[in-house]
Amino acid sequence: MDFRFSIIVEYAPFFLKGVLWTIGLSLVGIFFGTILGLAIGLGKMVQNRLVRLPFDWYVHFFRGTPLFVQILLIHFGVMPIFTAQPNPLVSGAISLSLNAAAYIAEIFRAGIQSIDRGQMEAARSLGMTHVQAMRYIILPQAIKRMIPPLGNEFIVLIKDSSLAAIIAAPELMYWGRAMQGQYYRVWEPYLTVALIYLVLTLSLSKLLHRLERRYDA
Amino acid sequence: MIQVTNLKKSFGSLQVLKGIDVHIHEKEVVVVIGPSGSGKSTFLRCLNLLEDFDEGDIVVDGFHLKDPKTDLNKVREEVGMVFQRFNLFPHMTVLDNITLAPMKVRKWSKEKATEKAMQLLAKVGLQDKAHVYPDSLSGGQAQRVAIARALAMEPKVMLFDEPTSALDPEMVGEVLAVMKQLAKEGMTMVVVTHEMGFAREVGDRVLFMDGGVIVEEGTPQQIFDTPQHERTKSFLSKVL
Ligand SMILES: Nc1ncnc2c1ncn2[C@@H]1O[C@H](COP(=O)(O)OP(=O)(O)O)[C@@H](O)[C@H]1O
Ligand SMILES: [Mg+2]
Repeated sequence: MDFRFSIIVEYAPFFLKGVLWTIGLSLVGIFFGTILGLAIGLGKMVQNRLVRLPFDWYVHFFRGTPLFVQILLIHFGVMPIFTAQPNPLVSGAISLSLNAAAYIAEIFRAGIQSIDRGQMEAARSLGMTHVQAMRYIILPQAIKRMIPPLGNEFIVLIKDSSLAAIIAAPELMYWGRAMQGQYYRVWEPYLTVALIYLVLTLSLSKLLHRLERRYDA
Repeated sequence: MIQVTNLKKSFGSLQVLKGIDVHIHEKEVVVVIGPSGSGKSTFLRCLNLLEDFDEGDIVVDGFHLKDPKTDLNKVREEVGMVFQRFNLFPHMTVLDNITLAPMKVRKWSKEKATEKAMQLLAKVGLQDKAHVYPDSLSGGQAQRVAIARALAMEPKVMLFDEPTSALDPEMVGEVLAVMKQLAKEGMTMVVVTHEMGFAREVGDRVLFMDGGVIVEEGTPQQIFDTPQHERTKSFLSKVL
């Protein structure tokens, strides 16, 4: 099998740009996804069922439909309401953030509910308000437990951001497809792209592992 | 100090407390005994409203718990609670466990709270453990810290829910010793326990609960030596 390294070298600058966008999209996704996810997670824990309903359905929708479909809906359906020429990177970032928020809301809720009921009871029995108990007792313990699944979500985002290629957001996968289209080659573009994703996810997972260990100590 | 009138409480269709009347006086040590599932914990948890109740009234230190104007956090400041499973805060040192509520709730300065905490740790014999985390404590030590944590709020009443039931037998004594000392100092206490020796020695009054009611109450001598009811006799014959 002849493997043309020369065309990879030729595309290297594009892959570099693409990687930066991939990282950028994932960072934006995890950042806004976390903020929005916390809000939705809190909403899901409200006692009143009617208040909870929209939050529940938000999570149902974004976890229960493919991200691929969400990206198309947002880029071709929602964004044109606001702007005549939607920027694919913006559409991609919004889709990833909204999608991640649904998963992070669940991570948040599960983290809080994993804390033993006795902790809240002990705090309340000492005269603390619900808010004080949350702030000083429940959240510090819950956040520690949320770090591993949040890191996992970050890794998922890196891989899923490749779906933004379908709306021509110039991230890594987009350039892989461009190279394939130009040279009609399969192995060179897709193997290169796969390898770069692998390097990204493995380094991140190593980093998270270290972070966890430091937190445990 | 605590006046309970016709207290009723259900979980769904299961009525757990079926009308409890009891008056707990200042400086009195009331021991609650009874078979598992008889409603002892639920009764105790109603006293500081960790459980809401359906009917009846509870007055703690002049506060009517059912009165919407009553600030429950204020009531809980005056009522300390010690749990079977300690419920120490695992992410804080022993010292921080004890000083947190006095600082955040009573608004004490860090110095004042720390001084009080060190006094209490000395009292329960654990001064040297101030800066360790709870998971390095034995069960007996953890429970003594939990008692110190509750006392740091300077409560008027202390509730104990089977404080020695989760302990290895050799550690029961050290916790009971702290509780005896507390009783001697005049603390008002309500203690759910299976330690009949403690009940006899320290209790001013014993309540025997079964099926969500107080079947019999009296001095330890009355309950242990001359129980009147069949249910009391059969329970005591199993545990003594
Ligand atoms: N949160 C709860 N939800 C439903 N049932 C409960 C709850 N807490 C206690 N119960 C039930 O109430 C009854 C009395 O429980 P409890 O007060 O813990 O008894 P005790 O402390 O005497 O063993 C038991 O049948 C128990 O299963
Ligand atoms: Mg119990």
